[in-house]
Amino acid sequence: MIAQTLSETKAPASEQPIFELIEVEQVFEVPKPGRSLFSRETVGLRALDGVRLTVRKGTSLAVVGESGSGKSTLLRVLLGLDRPTGGRALYHSKPILEGRASGIAFARDVAMVYQDARGSLDPRMTIGALIAEPLRHFDIVPRQDEAARVAQLLDRVGLPADAADRYPSGLSGGQVRRVAIARALASEPSVLVADEAVSGLDVSTQAQLLILLQSLQRDMGLTLIFITHDLGVASFLCEEIAIMYLGRIVETGPTDAVLGAPSHPYSAALRAAAPQFFEPLSEPLPGEIPSPLNLPAGCRFSTRCPKAQDDCRLKDPQLGKLGPQRAVACLHPLQPQ
Amino acid sequence: MKDMALDHVLSIKDLTVFRGAAKILDRVTLALGQGETLALVGESGAGKSTIATAIMRLLENARVTGSATLAGEGDLFTLSERKMVKLRGRRLSMIFQDAGTALNPSYTVGRQLGTTLQRIHGLSKAEAWKQAIELFTSVGINDPEGRMTAFPHQLSGGMQQRVMVAIALAGSPDLLLADEPTSALDVTIQAQIVRLILQLTRERGASCVFVLHDLALASQACDRIVVLYAGQVVESGPARDVLERHRHPYTRQLKSCVLEIGAKDLVAPEGTVPSHDQMPIGCRFCTRCPRAVARCADQAPPLVPARQTATGPLDHHIACWNPE
Repeated sequence: MIAQTLSETKAPASEQPIFELIEVEQVFEVPKPGRSLFSRETVGLRALDGVRLTVRKGTSLAVVGESGSGKSTLLRVLLGLDRPTGGRALYHSKPILEGRASGIAFARDVAMVYQDARGSLDPRMTIGALIAEPLRHFDIVPRQDEAARVAQLLDRVGLPADAADRYPSGLSGGQVRRVAIARALASEPSVLVADEAVSGLDVSTQAQLLILLQSLQRDMGLTLIFITHDLGVASFLCEEIAIMYLGRIVETGPTDAVLGAPSHPYSAALRAAAPQFFEPLSEPLPGEIPSPLNLPAGCRFSTRCPKAQDDCRLKDPQLGKLGPQRAVACLHPLQPQ
Repeated sequence: MKDMALDHVLSIKDLTVFRGAAKILDRVTLALGQGETLALVGESGAGKSTIATAIMRLLENARVTGSATLAGEGDLFTLSERKMVKLRGRRLSMIFQDAGTALNPSYTVGRQLGTTLQRIHGLSKAEAWKQAIELFTSVGINDPEGRMTAFPHQLSGGMQQRVMVAIALAGSPDLLLADEPTSALDVTIQAQIVRLILQLTRERGASCVFVLHDLALASQACDRIVVLYAGQVVESGPARDVLERHRHPYTRQLKSCVLEIGAKDLVAPEGTVPSHDQMPIGCRFCTRCPRAVARCADQAPPLVPARQTATGPLDHHIACWNPE
């Protein structure tokens, strides 16, 4: 259960969520399009708007959406890299930024695998040094045990021990991602946040990494937050799913339930657009994602929604409960057939 | 392999491409009928894009052997560059993976399409402008007149790809090569672009070669599929035969890596593609193949019919010494 309103989150202490986002809003002031050269006029770009999300310990959550839906902004808020302009972002019931400012515990507990794994690794450092860096920074093992721990981490992510002496440029795309995962695991985190960690890879390399991530999550009891645009990846790796559109989570729930019978027309369209063997090509959604500078009135999906009715253009639906485990932001959710 | 019938728009025979000492394509043979859509699938390094680029004669720093016969023109590899310039855009054209870099950033998209029309049809500037607007309309660009004066960076990725489609189809080519036309796009936009390309090529009776890495999308968009591994064709034939009655172990492996929604089982293949200095002389898949036998490493298997029926061999071919 990941999306609930505030009043419903008074669970016993053991079930206190790791992350909780309550009506989080992130507005960036950007230059007004078409302003004159010397004007300082800005407009607010609503990158996140009314985001509600609860992440429980040990769960695996996929955040899915197209480009411009706010996935990466959401991630920056979760990692405490940006201060949301509205709402509350909590980590173990305390504001994330407070947790981050009060010491290294947060950075140690919440590890990140970046989308551009190669770019996240210093090309002048050997793989061994790259993995040892977080070990030293967080003082995980005494110096004399460092090499052994590096070898252990390399083995855990399926790289040969001699990779420690090589440089990132000498590794393939799949191997570089494994190094990034090993580096993230070095601080012994309880939460692993991965931004498109398997995208842009060949299917066989992707399959190898997905199996690795799945075994890590299961064996180490990691909480996994996985940003992806691939519904097949989300359904393989994650128990829960949150589907975003234009800065809002429009549907959440158990992955199989949501993808098996989507309630939000956008989830249904995403589901239909995913390629499937020998199915006829789906009828595509008309148009493109509107500009976040100029959000449509009412429901933000109403301009492309095949089921839009008159009230959809007037009223902006919030994420609300739908059954015990699911939530949807739609005035006229689809009924399961 | 049976003789290439005369109604083939394109037939490629034993296409081999060397880059330095590395043989990046090895005896690629395939044929494409009138109005057919064919998918080249495989992982990176399989040579999918190299085939398309070789057909366009746009490969640089490479030595090409074999033949690529375009109906009515003969072997493309023996034509003069002058003749090729005439053919590009008129008989065959190509859509590139990343429309953002394929379009010229310094000219408006209207001008880029307009000059193409002027060059191909010898139109005046005003006529070309008018026809460009019509083409933009037909590829689904809304406000086509307004978008004529837009620069590529002012358009979204999906719109840029629509502009590319319009430019590629400006000369009504009978062969369109689409190199991963949607891999940089979101899935809902991907569906729009693939449907658009299929609809427009069908209307014009053109044939289309898609370079794809997504097997499921290939099954939805294409009549025939050619599976490549490290520069060799391992299996080719009608989409259903290749994907559902495949006999090559690599095709099975590739298909098993595709994650369908709801799938909870995934078998990851061992190993990686060997580098070119370590490539086996025989079947290039033999280092990872679960069914490899002794001769696989030394002798390259020929592309032969995958099965016989009472009426003769089917148009389904494999290159394997120990097929499933």
